Amino acid sequence: MSRLTADNEKIAHEIIGRYPRKRSAMIPLLHLAQEQDGYVANDAMAQIAELVGSTPAEVLGTCSFYEMFKREPVGKYLINVCTNISCQLMGGEELLHHVEHRLGIHHGATTADGMFTIEDVECIAACTEAPCLQVNYRYFHKITNDEVDTLIDEIRAGKRTDDIPPHGTLAKVRQHVPAGHWAGRGGEGLPVIPGQAN
Amino acid sequence: MTDTAAPIAKGPAPKIVSSRFDLVDGHTLQGYVRTGGYTALRKALTMSPEEVTAEVKTANLLGRGGAGFPAGVKWGFCPPGVFPRYLVINGDESEPGTYKDRLLVERDPHQLIEGVLIAAYAIGAAQAFIYIRGEMAHAQERVAAALNEAYAAGFAGHRVCGSDFSVDVVLHWGAGAYIVGEETALIESLEGNRGMPRLKPPYFPAVKGLYMQPTIVNNVETMANLPWIVLNGGAKFAELGNGKSTGTRLFALSGHVNKPGVYEVELGVTTFRDLFEKPEYGNGIRDGHKLKAFIPGGASAPWLYEEHQDLPLCKPTIDQAGSMLGSGAIVVMDETTDMVKAALRLVRFFARESCGKCTPCREGTTWLERILDRILAGNGRPEDVRLLMDVSDNISIGLAWPPRQTTICPLGQSATTPIASAVMRFPDEFAKYVGGSVELKVKPRGSAFVGPLTVTSEPANV
Repeated sequence: MSRLTADNEKIAHEIIGRYPRKRSAMIPLLHLAQEQDGYVANDAMAQIAELVGSTPAEVLGTCSFYEMFKREPVGKYLINVCTNISCQLMGGEELLHHVEHRLGIHHGATTADGMFTIEDVECIAACTEAPCLQVNYRYFHKITNDEVDTLIDEIRAGKRTDDIPPHGTLAKVRQHVPAGHWAGRGGEGLPVIPGQAN
Repeated sequence: MTDTAAPIAKGPAPKIVSSRFDLVDGHTLQGYVRTGGYTALRKALTMSPEEVTAEVKTANLLGRGGAGFPAGVKWGFCPPGVFPRYLVINGDESEPGTYKDRLLVERDPHQLIEGVLIAAYAIGAAQAFIYIRGEMAHAQERVAAALNEAYAAGFAGHRVCGSDFSVDVVLHWGAGAYIVGEETALIESLEGNRGMPRLKPPYFPAVKGLYMQPTIVNNVETMANLPWIVLNGGAKFAELGNGKSTGTRLFALSGHVNKPGVYEVELGVTTFRDLFEKPEYGNGIRDGHKLKAFIPGGASAPWLYEEHQDLPLCKPTIDQAGSMLGSGAIVVMDETTDMVKAALRLVRFFARESCGKCTPCREGTTWLERILDRILAGNGRPEDVRLLMDVSDNISIGLAWPPRQTTICPLGQSATTPIASAVMRFPDEFAKYVGGSVELKVKPRGSAFVGPLTVTSEPANV
């Protein structure tokens, strides 16, 4: 699988419809592809190029710039440990080392069973709650080594599927504009207040 | 271990933007409307766009993203008669130490949306984009849910509140790149491109921004202030503060304090010492330790020290001291901190996040990281410290404050501030690592970059 499913293609068209120019939907569509497959496949990039009127090379250019997009499969659970300054001061590097030892891999690597990938990441905006990490972009604040162990055990045992979706799924709520409410003036060369030309 | 519903400690200052942080349902339309939400929007729609802008100018609301430019003045830069115009909200919060926009979005998304609608009305924007950082999944959910509610209730979209004003508000989300916080890079990203800043001039966003149309880029916290300003008047807002810095602001106080937290404090009157010491804020340096240095406004800001603690949180005052309030990120380091290690971590951040467009930044930040890395590993040479300063000087000439740039955006120059700060203030720590004395040829110009290290020669006038 790697081209978008029919359902996802429908979502893709809805997303594209919100922008005055299709190409603006590129990053949201790359996320959609990653949500479907856990990573962004080449075929998905080719299809996104068709959808937004671009070329596969340009989609690759955008995709490869952003750290969240993975162009090959990663673990089902991506553990991002922050080691930037506020976390470093409060034990973020030690936390990273603990996660590495616990899973037996270095950051940047994936466990043999394909469950976990560890990343050493930059500031994730939880600085007053250091040290912190994210699992599939869900936050865990002021986390201790023991709590990391418990979390990993629970994930392995399938007990955290409710609050931690598989890698690729970001927001579980999508924007959806009810019929008749879309103003649709974004692409028009008109002032938004009738009669007023500033 | 807590999730995003962790209680956030707050101080006693007036609550302009954080009033709903503790409500269980503050993020829902019901909770928002119950606490006075969307009344400011209705009021704004009875005013002319010019009147709304005038209130924001009177408030002297300085942009809360980092640069601190007056929001009302920025809105006025759109060339008259050129449409469509766009409003883009910068919610790509990634400056190390910064934690406020995520809270504002997660806990009170409707306040942000109401601010966006008010700003769009004032500017005459046909469409607004709320760009939320990619890593913030929960924040994206909250904005999506709130937008769905706002559209269904007629607050956004076709004929806002039954008026003849229409605007679409779109949730957009990033994918992991600090540089996208720079406004022209954000626009590039929103156009589906790699997030590389545009050269200014000619591309000042207010004139040629998104799709080469007039575009206003404002920070999340800036927007969050607008409902209060419209309801209470700009003059009331300007009464808070000391005239130069008005209103309140969220500060994320992190690092070595007993009670880290996000605090809404009155600008201009509260001092750093208040934040560090008062029981309602930081409640003292961690475990009775002593303050060694603090970063007053995010990783890009020159460090300040114990002698600066009594300065008020006031933009011009901190600018004059040689640093900045930046993004409201205050990071406290006590005397146990290894300053070489801290400097390396900050420099590594900028090296990793450099977009690669400009040579001094792309090459320079990487060299700085490598040199610091070998110093910390015990493989440094005494002359390495001078080399660090020399490379820094090539990225930001003279290491002045405000800084001079050799690049399109300020990222590269930001990597030089932790180096100039640490080398000038803590030369002994470098000396210990490199096994020799630290000597510099040229003194950095920035007024916060002051010794113990003595440098005899003054910087050349360039």
